[in-house]
Amino acid sequence: MTQIAPNSRATLSLRAQRWVTVSVAISLLLVVLVLSLALGARGVEFSQIWQALFDPEAGNNDQLVIRELRLPRTIVGLLAGLSLGVAGAVMQGVTRNPLADPGLLGVNAGASLAVVFAISVLSITNPTGYIWFAFAGAAAAASVVYAIGSLGREGATPVKLVLAGTAVTAGITSVISLVLISDTDTLNTFRFWSVGSLASRDLEAVRLTIGFVIAGALLAIISGRMLNLVALGDDLARGLGQRVYVARAVAAGAVVLLCGSATALAGPIVFVGLVVPHIVRPFTGPDYRWIIAVSAIVGPSLLLIADIVGRLIVAPSELEAGLVVAIIGAPVMIALVRRVKLAGL
Amino acid sequence: MTQADAPQKRPTHALRAENVTLNYGGRDIVANLSVEIPDGKVTVIVGANACGKSTLLRGLSRLLRPASGRVMLDGRDIHSVPSKEIARVVGILPQSPIAPEGITVRDLVARGRYPHQGWFQQWSAADEAAVEHALEATDTAQLASRRIEELSGGQRQRVWIAMALSQDPDILLLDEPTTFLDVRHQLDALDVLARLNRERRTTVVMVLHELNLAARYADHMVLMAGGRIIAEGEPSEVVTAERMREAFGLESRIIADPVSGSPMVIPEGRV
Amino acid sequence: MTRTRRISGVLILVAVALALVSIAVGAYTLTLPDLLVTLFGGGTSADQFIVFKLRLPRVLLAILVAVAFGLAGALFQSLLRNALASPDIIGISGGASVAAVLSLLVFGATGLIVSLSALVGALLVAFTIYLLSWRSGMNGMRFVLVGVGIAFMAQSVIGYLITRGDVRDAQQALVWMVGGLGGASWDDILIMAVSLAILLPAVFMLASQLRMLQLGDDLAAGLGVSVQRSRLALIVVAVALVAIATALVGPLAFVAFVSAPIARRMVRGGGLALVPSALVAIVLVLGADFVAQHLLTAGTQVPTGIVTGIVGAPYLLWLISTTNREGRAS
Repeated sequence: MTQIAPNSRATLSLRAQRWVTVSVAISLLLVVLVLSLALGARGVEFSQIWQALFDPEAGNNDQLVIRELRLPRTIVGLLAGLSLGVAGAVMQGVTRNPLADPGLLGVNAGASLAVVFAISVLSITNPTGYIWFAFAGAAAAASVVYAIGSLGREGATPVKLVLAGTAVTAGITSVISLVLISDTDTLNTFRFWSVGSLASRDLEAVRLTIGFVIAGALLAIISGRMLNLVALGDDLARGLGQRVYVARAVAAGAVVLLCGSATALAGPIVFVGLVVPHIVRPFTGPDYRWIIAVSAIVGPSLLLIADIVGRLIVAPSELEAGLVVAIIGAPVMIALVRRVKLAGL
Repeated sequence: MTQADAPQKRPTHALRAENVTLNYGGRDIVANLSVEIPDGKVTVIVGANACGKSTLLRGLSRLLRPASGRVMLDGRDIHSVPSKEIARVVGILPQSPIAPEGITVRDLVARGRYPHQGWFQQWSAADEAAVEHALEATDTAQLASRRIEELSGGQRQRVWIAMALSQDPDILLLDEPTTFLDVRHQLDALDVLARLNRERRTTVVMVLHELNLAARYADHMVLMAGGRIIAEGEPSEVVTAERMREAFGLESRIIADPVSGSPMVIPEGRV
Repeated sequence: MTRTRRISGVLILVAVALALVSIAVGAYTLTLPDLLVTLFGGGTSADQFIVFKLRLPRVLLAILVAVAFGLAGALFQSLLRNALASPDIIGISGGASVAAVLSLLVFGATGLIVSLSALVGALLVAFTIYLLSWRSGMNGMRFVLVGVGIAFMAQSVIGYLITRGDVRDAQQALVWMVGGLGGASWDDILIMAVSLAILLPAVFMLASQLRMLQLGDDLAAGLGVSVQRSRLALIVVAVALVAIATALVGPLAFVAFVSAPIARRMVRGGGLALVPSALVAIVLVLGADFVAQHLLTAGTQVPTGIVTGIVGAPYLLWLISTTNREGRAS
């Protein structure tokens, strides 16, 4: 997918459009945040929210629900959504492939393997307990994929990265299946984590991962300008002075940190990384700095909306956010593929 | 002397477009155009970029279905005739053909025999002879067992022409067969086609970029601009200063090519 | 031509050797002479039981589904001109899995019904992908991408179903999804054999058209191929092969993905390498099955799909390190 690097003096209408987009996105996010605190199996009044957050009244169950259950959930959704959205944008930029998903780098598989290990060997069953494992597994898998994709003459080209990711994911999945087939208890615990959910995480989890999210986001911002050049093709990018290997490494670092955090927080969630950049791109234009920034705002909205829907649609029980996202994500992706003019492939 | 050396008398054909409109993605590239391809001659379609010459060729070759109008071969609409039947008469060499990885020259040339093979009859002596002749005619016989990736651009293009030759069509349509070739190879390729036309009376229709080469090799030229034909006929009638201005916005002087006598365009600058 | 024949010959020898070893070796190992005698009608009744009731069916089914997977993979990849295009990746196996898991977990079905559901699931998904990716003509990449989208969705639905059911059911579903040859019956073999009897001739009739399609749509059309119709026919045949094989043994990871590229590398020459692909698949599946049964964990058997999954990965890695800039093999 070829994109022309934007003129540094974008036309007035495009600039206006971008700022409007950002404003709308931020407003949407604020609304979604409030809704996330307000809506659920147990209805609470909006007036309670402000009080619950800043001046809690002891013994008020509504406020308890807000503080203890929904607030952590909302924050987790915020961080995970941000991480996934940005990681997706970076991934699509570095692979020059509009259908790249951060999961392509094997992060989901790696995290899953580490969590399976934690459950079966170390008997950890609390999702917060998995955090370091998930993170380490994601990082390790992504590093392996990146290292393998870099073998050979050209370094980590998009095609090789995807192939490496597919191979590592499939290999890991087989090993995971092997364990799960023989160990019923592990399967029983693992299957709930593997669906991807914002529930039953506490603020402790947030505290552990927020550093990585911030680091990853910073790397992503740095990579934005580089990605604009990489989008022109490796040769042209080099000709314009961009060292392609550096760009790829920075991007990979960002993706690993962000996806590792997201998976550690919420389990493996697909599609957010894939879909958010596409929602954003028609409004921001092809400048990756803007795509990344707005994806950071839209990602959480998407994930939280999915979470809210999951809470409401089968109340009093719940559909995990990961499921809802996939079920709405797939048709969106298919619609995208139908619309986009795919160059003769 | 093999059978292939003796010039074969080809049946005559009439290929014409009647009031065709061809479009891509909703936009009409060529509108209400009619043209008749003279049989047994070399016809070259020229024009500026995006004038519709490739589109016209694709329409004539049935790769593009006309939105309106018909393309007729021997009085029959080409889209109503079974594809294989047409392929025995009309051969196409499009702009960017794909060579499967690792294929040898001989195998690729042999693929051109497909229209002549039925469900059950596979490789026959006639097929073998056609491939040999094609390799010889394009001077690629010594490359026969090499792999396509190993060849230079010029060699590769000759191999593609060989493949088109092995198809043994009466009419051969080529879309810019000389792009990316250096001068020497351009002439080689065009000489092969000219010889084919002379010895076997194969009708050749090609889109060419280079005006002067076109004028040298064409019996009949078609000059297009903006989706219409603005001049048609012998090179000396088509390549005139007036036409060059009209089609390319080019001020030029026309002289006779000192070697071939065909009209040669000397640009003087832009309008 | 001769290179293809030579490689095919070697592959056939390896396959036969593997087959014989698979039948002979086990908890009770037959010697080669005993094995041959039993195969030709003689031998003790114990030997006959082991060979004809237990091991031979498994080996035969392995060979038949391997042919189906290997050919389907070769067809898809040539057709879509993309090394990433494989029925497992583009969601057809996913569709089969969803249907099978649904029938296992929700309807409590077993055996034949599960297989039938898988077949229906695969065909439905293939049909849906085709419809969704049709946009004034078939575009290979679009087909793949829509398939990937559906694969994701299938994964999630399966994930959901697995969290909802009883954990033992979930495990059973997982076992099915990994794919294995355990419990191979003569009925299964009959189904696969009849299907191949119908589909194989179709494949070889369509092969020449596919060879022309390799040259690009324009040139293929110029050579007389009806591009849309040929593509459709080839996809139908390839999907049918995958669907039936998946219905019988589950989605054996990687076999379809990997067999054709390996075969094409061995044979070179830029042809379709259909027969070599099938043969490579046979060797792969027989080998993996042998490993799965005997070499992994002492005593317990491992589903074949796990072994093919683990083995496929290193192959891909090799493919990557020998792929140059444009994604073509060096």
